Amino acid sequence: MAYTVQRLPAAAPTVANRVRAASGRLPGNGFPWGAFALTTMALLFLGVFLLLPLVAVFSEAFRKGFSYYLQALQDADTRSAIRLTLLAAGMAVPLNLVFGLAASWAVAKFDFPGKSLLITLIDLPFAVSPVVSGLIYVLLFGAQSWFGMWYAGWLVEHAHSTNPVVAWLVAHPVKILFAVPGIVLATIFVTFPFIARELIPLMQAQGSDEEQAAVSLGANGWQTFWRVTLPNVRWGLLYGVVLCNARAMGEFGAVSVVSGHIRGQTNTLPLHISILYEEDTVAAFSVASMLALLALVTLALKTALEWRFNRQLAEGAA
Amino acid sequence: MGPGGQPAIERTGRRPKQRRILPGFGLSLGYTLTYLSLIVLIPLVATFGRLWDIGARRFFEIITGPQVVAAFKVSLSSSLVAGFINVVFGLLVAWVLVRYRFPGRRLVDAMVDLPFALPTAVAGIALTQIYAPHGWLGEPLSGAPIRVPLTHFEFSLPIHLQTAYSWLGITIALTFVGLPFVVRTVQPVLEDFDAQYEQAAWSLGATPWQTFRRVTLPEILPALLTGFALAFARGFGEFGSVVFISGNLPFKTEIVPLTIYKKLEQSDYAGAVVIAAAMLIISFALLLMINILQRWASSYREV
Repeated sequence: MAYTVQRLPAAAPTVANRVRAASGRLPGNGFPWGAFALTTMALLFLGVFLLLPLVAVFSEAFRKGFSYYLQALQDADTRSAIRLTLLAAGMAVPLNLVFGLAASWAVAKFDFPGKSLLITLIDLPFAVSPVVSGLIYVLLFGAQSWFGMWYAGWLVEHAHSTNPVVAWLVAHPVKILFAVPGIVLATIFVTFPFIARELIPLMQAQGSDEEQAAVSLGANGWQTFWRVTLPNVRWGLLYGVVLCNARAMGEFGAVSVVSGHIRGQTNTLPLHISILYEEDTVAAFSVASMLALLALVTLALKTALEWRFNRQLAEGAA
Repeated sequence: MGPGGQPAIERTGRRPKQRRILPGFGLSLGYTLTYLSLIVLIPLVATFGRLWDIGARRFFEIITGPQVVAAFKVSLSSSLVAGFINVVFGLLVAWVLVRYRFPGRRLVDAMVDLPFALPTAVAGIALTQIYAPHGWLGEPLSGAPIRVPLTHFEFSLPIHLQTAYSWLGITIALTFVGLPFVVRTVQPVLEDFDAQYEQAAWSLGATPWQTFRRVTLPEILPALLTGFALAFARGFGEFGSVVFISGNLPFKTEIVPLTIYKKLEQSDYAGAVVIAAAMLIISFALLLMINILQRWASSYREV
């Protein structure tokens, strides 16, 4: 490849060059043209592919001025989409958090057969297309499913029940698909591995010496967990939560399949954006700018945690 | 860490050294397996179970339907090309981030993960806006005249590319979503790799190309392949960033996830299940391959 030509000129391996090589500095005469050219190419690529879309979101959002922007955000449907997005993420993140803690405790602190299979299975949702992630719940709870048919039959059968509990249940049928529960389920599925996959390697690296010391000093299981394990993994946990939340609030494909797109009722922010885009691009980009901002905050938090986190890991190793 | 991985280690590790000292094994594993089954395993198994009712003949009828085959061709070819673009430019970005120091390097490093953080629908409409016929890049790429700012000088690119609403647009969207994978798999390997080996090679008289091909490339090859496979797998299933820019023309710019989506809208559950099952099989095969690649990569690094 052309760029190594610049970086490593076919100069004679003089003593001076070797000294420079040993001191870790690149050989060359004066300005590092190769490094400059490669860096420029890389930055151009990233500028076109990463920065431009981001700039486009904000410039389109403000194309009709600031008041139009605010108006788009204050729209009733937008507010209901914000509420639903917060609800879905507010359910999915804590549930996956509890799961992540349980799974990493089991995997990192104990040995059992099939452990590596379990870790692979936890990662499975990452390999599933978002649309398929929605589809599996449609198949499970849809009108044509075993559950859907049984439930419809049950409702008809007990339509005139005199039992007050049954009558109440019939009067308040549970809607999973094209309703909030389906959206929450699909969100849980697509964000399923995020926290577990951060915690498992972290807890494995930390081992269980500290926990064993706590238990042998008389602490019970919960005390050990709350006072030893949880503080030890807190940054990794937060890291997982940040990534999990970003995906939960931004999921489009899976939620799109199960939502039914009922305006003001089952539209999350990404779904609302997709509908607005057909009608009023500026409004769509105004709403999108909120999610873009969330992405930037996520990146900032993630980077800050990586610095913090690496230092903590380095201290642990020392 | 793939299925059935490293049985020897597990068998020796099963000796009850520390197993009973810490409490909570039954509770944590029980909860893990229950939650995993309810959310992931049962829905996935139930999806494959539907194939039983459909039958093998109907399965092949659906999967060889001309529109489905066309969608698979579009999806596979665009995610393959996007994967290759990401191999080349992902390696370049990783190389620049690891080997060179320039102002704003840390910011650039953090920005590489933007496609992971930016919701796909937002990326989708932004890319569409940029590459649409009158978009910032869509217009000049279509061969329309470009005026140099503040002058009367005009020129046009000698190309006539339709980017949005074409195969090219899909590939651009998939390049965006797959961008972090190669960078993030190659970067740590390059960081660990001591530049002294390269310096030794060229001081012994190797040409730069030989140095790259025989010293650097073998070292980063497993990571490069892993990154490619991850980007490809992600691109193959991608939906949100593609549906806006693709134009969704059947036989031309319809990707497989969209075919499933359309079948569902038409209440053609058998069709949706069959295509989804085919997609799942391909995805799981890729996952298995990635696991094997990663194990190869880590064994490579330990030597």
